[in-house]
Amino acid sequence: MTIDVMGEAMIIRPKGELDHHYAQEIREKADKIILKGEIRKVIFDFTNVLFMDSSGIGVIMGRYRLMEAIKGSVCAFGANERIKRLIKMSGLSRVITLCPNQQKALEVK
Amino acid sequence: MNYINEMKIQFLNKSVNEGLARVAVASFCAQLDLTVETVADIKTAVSEAVTNAIVHGYENMSGFVTVCCVYNLKEIEITVSDYGRGIEDIDEARRPLFTSSPDEERSGMGFTVMETFMDSLEVKSSVGMGTTVIMRKKVQV
Repeated sequence: MTIDVMGEAMIIRPKGELDHHYAQEIREKADKIILKGEIRKVIFDFTNVLFMDSSGIGVIMGRYRLMEAIKGSVCAFGANERIKRLIKMSGLSRVITLCPNQQKALEVK
Repeated sequence: MNYINEMKIQFLNKSVNEGLARVAVASFCAQLDLTVETVADIKTAVSEAVTNAIVHGYENMSGFVTVCCVYNLKEIEITVSDYGRGIEDIDEARRPLFTSSPDEERSGMGFTVMETFMDSLEVKSSVGMGTTVIMRKKVQV
């Protein structure tokens, strides 16, 4: 997994199978940066996620709550149809923005 | 119903074993000529059931999780069991977005995902004895 910080935006790029086991690592690494207080936008890059279950939804939901508290935002791109289906099922698609690519995600206000 | 083949694996309730359970079930199901989509549905449902057993089954204690998988030419049946604390109110646990561990960022969608991706879902539990989840999926071979 890699995390890129671009100004106030943070791009989280998980790789492989996003389950409960992996979710714990993502959460830890991401929050270490978020809690410094400079991030206003969290972007998830799902391009290299081959599998995801509802633990991935938990990870997005948790980061959304952190961003919501400081009036920040959460976006995602690179999600395959299965991941999109899970995001829609959870109702998260009402509060996060699904973008076609990284550029568009960075442009979201 | 008669089954053609059957497998059973047992592992400790460590989260690193969630991947093991998915791979084992997917490999076993690969004996049938299933679509990529069907295998992905099964893997997702197994992941949810095994995660529930690992996260909620034993509450800070160590214990085993068993995954049984059987099939015939019409359906696959997967049973995930723990021998831990059990669920007091199964209807409440199955309700979408219900979670007993909000601090751990569980989305409360586990049972909903299992119901969506499989054709049937049965939950049996008794407090202090453990929980068993039985999931079935129709297959066309």
